[in-house]
Amino acid sequence: MTGKTRENYNRNYLNYVKTQDPPTKHFKNCLAAFGVGGLICCIGQFIRYTLEYVGLSGDELAGATSIILIFLGCLLTGLGVYDRIGRYAGAGSIVPITGFANSVTSPAIEFKTEGWIYGMAAKMFTVAGAIIVFGVCSGVIVGLIYLFL
Amino acid sequence: MTRKGNTIFFKNSPRILSYAAVVGSKESEGIIGSYADIALADDMYGESTYEKAECKMLSTAISLAIEKGGLKQGDIDVLLSGDLLNQIISASFAARDFDFPFLGLYSACSTMSESMLLGATLVDGGYAKNAVCATGSHFASAERQYRYPLELGCTRPPQAQWTVTGAGGLVLSRKGGRIAIINGTMGRVCDLGVTDVNNMGAAMAPAAADTIMRHFKDTGTEPGDFDLILTGDLGALGSRILKDLTWEKGFDISANHVDCGEIIYKVIESEFQGGSGAGCSASVLNSYVLTKMDAGLYKRVLFAATGALLSTVSSGQGESIPCISHAVELEYCG
Amino acid sequence: MQSEIISIILMYLKAFAVGGGICLIAQIIINFTDLTAGKILVYFMLAGVALTALGLYQPLVEFAGAGATVPISGFGYLLASGAMKGAERGLFYAITGALSAAAAGVTAAVVFAFLMALIFKSRTKRN
Repeated sequence: MTGKTRENYNRNYLNYVKTQDPPTKHFKNCLAAFGVGGLICCIGQFIRYTLEYVGLSGDELAGATSIILIFLGCLLTGLGVYDRIGRYAGAGSIVPITGFANSVTSPAIEFKTEGWIYGMAAKMFTVAGAIIVFGVCSGVIVGLIYLFL
Repeated sequence: MTRKGNTIFFKNSPRILSYAAVVGSKESEGIIGSYADIALADDMYGESTYEKAECKMLSTAISLAIEKGGLKQGDIDVLLSGDLLNQIISASFAARDFDFPFLGLYSACSTMSESMLLGATLVDGGYAKNAVCATGSHFASAERQYRYPLELGCTRPPQAQWTVTGAGGLVLSRKGGRIAIINGTMGRVCDLGVTDVNNMGAAMAPAAADTIMRHFKDTGTEPGDFDLILTGDLGALGSRILKDLTWEKGFDISANHVDCGEIIYKVIESEFQGGSGAGCSASVLNSYVLTKMDAGLYKRVLFAATGALLSTVSSGQGESIPCISHAVELEYCG
Repeated sequence: MQSEIISIILMYLKAFAVGGGICLIAQIIINFTDLTAGKILVYFMLAGVALTALGLYQPLVEFAGAGATVPISGFGYLLASGAMKGAERGLFYAITGALSAAAAGVTAAVVFAFLMALIFKSRTKRN
């Protein structure tokens, strides 16, 4: 309809633009991601040890650890700190479970102005909804495969 | 009024009677800070939402421009305005505050030059005595609509730009004022197939190059005739590409080309390539550039704001980014 | 006593190395492709599910502890291992096992996000 398709894009220009791209700071990015990601995992390990000391074990221990980490992620998002960490750490703060908490909390806070039901509650899963959808579906598939194996 | 190619020549050369700019706190630290009429200490401008703040900035810029021109609301025949938000809500809601007619425009970040081009046409043709052209943008509302929630911890790629919090407006009139709009070139939509929504500079540069070169051809001018060739929000990367594209066709604009997005911020560190958004060209033009022109420091300026005509829906569907640029030529006439 | 302290320190080091390593892989993918944060999260979660189903993630969890469970791939591990445990008990549990195992995380995210939305207001950024 538009006559503009992937086939007739101006290849020359696109290749030229690629040469003009500012360089990504690979080393700095990777170091920050490794450091911050590792640190968050160490905090997780610390919470795990502490809870173990208190007397939790098994599923309860794993669940409580992730609940505390998610709480921290949500709190830091609310305080406006997490996005700052994210700017420098990149994947280091996206991939840990605190990043999941961040992706749930940030639209909830942001879209509050459009109302509690259609704004805050409905938009809460704009980013994280995909994780739940694919997680549950793939989990069911794994369960069924193991059932019939 | 005559036409040649895509360029309209104004017989009565409509004047810019007055202008006003309202800028955010971050923008006021840069070069335009001391030239802007109002520099906000708080980007919310006392409102509860970003959209309301953007609307209030635009409305303030419009009423300030009218006031500075020594006019009253009743003297204005038409308001030409637009912004970046869906259904141009900032402009329409700002127009609610005024009694005069409103024509809503959407041309993304090139709204400023499109409104000046249309406003000058109306004034030159005698259909309006005084016309107001205005536009604005707000970082937070644009970020929310086009990208992610502000609190989401994601990285900005190095080619990204920072949407300017600011609004600017000017009054075009038959008489008065020292700056005239002598002609304007209407832009064509250019799309060379850039799909990266973070790389607006590369997407918009061909549109700017196309309009600027057609302007040279239609008016029989060359880059050296202008004191300043001002583009909207190409950023550092887009400006480099624009210079390359025009140089390739035999026009060397590198000596007098300035990009609003490139100069608006003091330090281009976390903003990477500079500013963007409708408010970028509007606030730089209506503060720094027009003040300098009013003082006679620039005699002839070509103002070509650029706009990327995309939406989150079109980029979600994998479409490339069509871009446009409109140019108006401003001349100092004592 | 001394050996206990050494094993704890070693555990922290392993958690740091493995957790940081998973984030490093994600960062390298982000650097070289234009995948956004949301897509990275989904792919890493799916990778966690797949590796667990193949029996490769369990040893990593035993080796690195929180280093393997805290990244989003650990969420996938939780889902898949829940489904695998459920599958031993019958069809019903095979289907519900995944989400039951992840119930704590999802509930916490929803409840805390709701609380934060009640308390905090969105703020604009300057850099």
